Amino acid sequence: MLIKKAADILSSEITPKSLYMNRRAFLAGTAIAGAAAVAGVGVREVASPSEVVQANAKIDGIKKSSFSTTEKITPYKDVTSYNNYYEFSTDKEGPAELAKDFKTRPWTVTIDGLVKKKQVLDVDAILKMAAPEERIYRHRCVEGWSIVVPWVGFSLSELIKRAEPLPKAKFVEFTTLNDPKQMPGLRVPVLEWPYVEGLRMDEAMHPLALLCFGMYGEVLPNQDGAPLRIVLPWKYGFKSAKAIVRIRFTEDQPINTWNKAAPSEYGFYSNVNPNVDHPRWSQAKERRLGEFLKRPTLMFNGYDQVASLYSGMDLKKYF
Amino acid sequence: MKLRWFKVVVFPACLVPLGYLGWKAYSGNLGANPIEAITHSTGDWTLVFLLATLAITPLRKLTGQHWLIRFRRMLGLFAFFYGLLHFLTYIWLDKFFDLHEMLADVAKRRFITAGLTGFVLLIPLAITSTSGWIRRLGGRRWNLLHRLIYFSAMAGVIHYLWLVKADLRKPLEYAFVLALLLGYRLVVWLAPKVGRSVSIPSGRVEVSEG
Ligand code: HEM
Repeated sequence: MLIKKAADILSSEITPKSLYMNRRAFLAGTAIAGAAAVAGVGVREVASPSEVVQANAKIDGIKKSSFSTTEKITPYKDVTSYNNYYEFSTDKEGPAELAKDFKTRPWTVTIDGLVKKKQVLDVDAILKMAAPEERIYRHRCVEGWSIVVPWVGFSLSELIKRAEPLPKAKFVEFTTLNDPKQMPGLRVPVLEWPYVEGLRMDEAMHPLALLCFGMYGEVLPNQDGAPLRIVLPWKYGFKSAKAIVRIRFTEDQPINTWNKAAPSEYGFYSNVNPNVDHPRWSQAKERRLGEFLKRPTLMFNGYDQVASLYSGMDLKKYF
Repeated sequence: MKLRWFKVVVFPACLVPLGYLGWKAYSGNLGANPIEAITHSTGDWTLVFLLATLAITPLRKLTGQHWLIRFRRMLGLFAFFYGLLHFLTYIWLDKFFDLHEMLADVAKRRFITAGLTGFVLLIPLAITSTSGWIRRLGGRRWNLLHRLIYFSAMAGVIHYLWLVKADLRKPLEYAFVLALLLGYRLVVWLAPKVGRSVSIPSGRVEVSEG
């Protein structure tokens, strides 16, 4: 796989104009009590300067995937300016700016625990393990909003197979970089750092589980988890760990960060489930960014093919 | 005379947050989740105006600038105004008039219960904010009724503490300011009983406590 600098590709070209226009239409339709104009006339496209000068590296040779949804893709601008990435900031607008100078090279990932091939891999070596695919996935945040993102990567199983886990390995644990110098949010103990996530081995081996390093045909932006993250479309967004530096195979179930922070609110599995509410809010509906009315949330976020992983489990208990 | 001019400045100043929000909505700068942005902004300003209203009496007593009292009603009404916008945002933009869902929310989500408590407590205060009502109720009873703002502000802060996911810093900042403002009143209230201070004005006759 080749990653070449393509200074001529602007993010605004990647995102179809019509998608921007949709949100404008929605905004125009939203009258805000007594405040300025409601009519959508003369509303201009306001592109932030950073978006215009940003020249992202295009990823070559991306294959299409049958796992992709045909739903409307969320505008690139939204996906890169609305980020839950507490290592940088607890404000969603924060990471875009604060992650600007984040160093994603050199970058290594430590593979250890119950595997035959314990090793420290260069991220570029990982990227060459398999051909990049575009996977257009629905992504549902535990907070009740959702987006549709054309991720780029390949199945996480490609990496796991090569690491050759021992038969004793039942779980995989992912750790995010813990560098307070680069990530200001880590200087604040809102969560226990570093960020840790985990999957059962069969979940991690499921072809939908994506090892991801790009989106919208380009290298992953820093605020979206560069250089390497996982994407688990049937689980709430926080399960999809970003900026991964360590993948460890274990016999015991890892304790993921949010579960540690509030065990009654965030479980280990955290599968998208409209029938199990967050103790403080309902999970029955979600707001797709750019849409006005909420839509019903689907079991496993609509990825029914994972249901067999949980057959016989009480998902109210193992939420 | 001067005060009147000052009011002419302060009133529009209190509308700046709304104007800014409207401008951002108009120019498409509310971010990826405009409804959340509106909910948060109106919620923040409700709390800010509540605390500003509660700050008038301590400021006035501590600085001797008694004219400040003339702004208390206006600030209180702006707290109600932003609270109303916040509530309408929830009813209209967030829940889209889904009564069933809203009732479930009020019953099940304690942060909504707390928020609603805070808002409902402000309604009688807004209604009785006129001079006519002060006369009708009498200063003493009016003062007593308007102590409800303490509980409204407390409910507002608790609402905020309960709704955040992990980062308690901002709600705790508000909680700290509220604790100072209510703590001041507690001290004023307790001081004469301890039999020490004679310098604290009791102010019972004027409609200015609170
Ligand atoms: C005195 C009354 C109230 C005050 C002072 C208040 C204040 C606030 C504040 C400060 C926030 C957080 C803003 C931020 O994150 O920047 C907030 C959020 C919110 N409030 Fe209120 N509020 C009040 C009443 C209500 C009522 C009556 C409702 C609905 C019934 C309500 C529903 C909400 C919702 C849904 C959120 C957003 C929660 C989230 O983002 O998860 N509030 N409010």
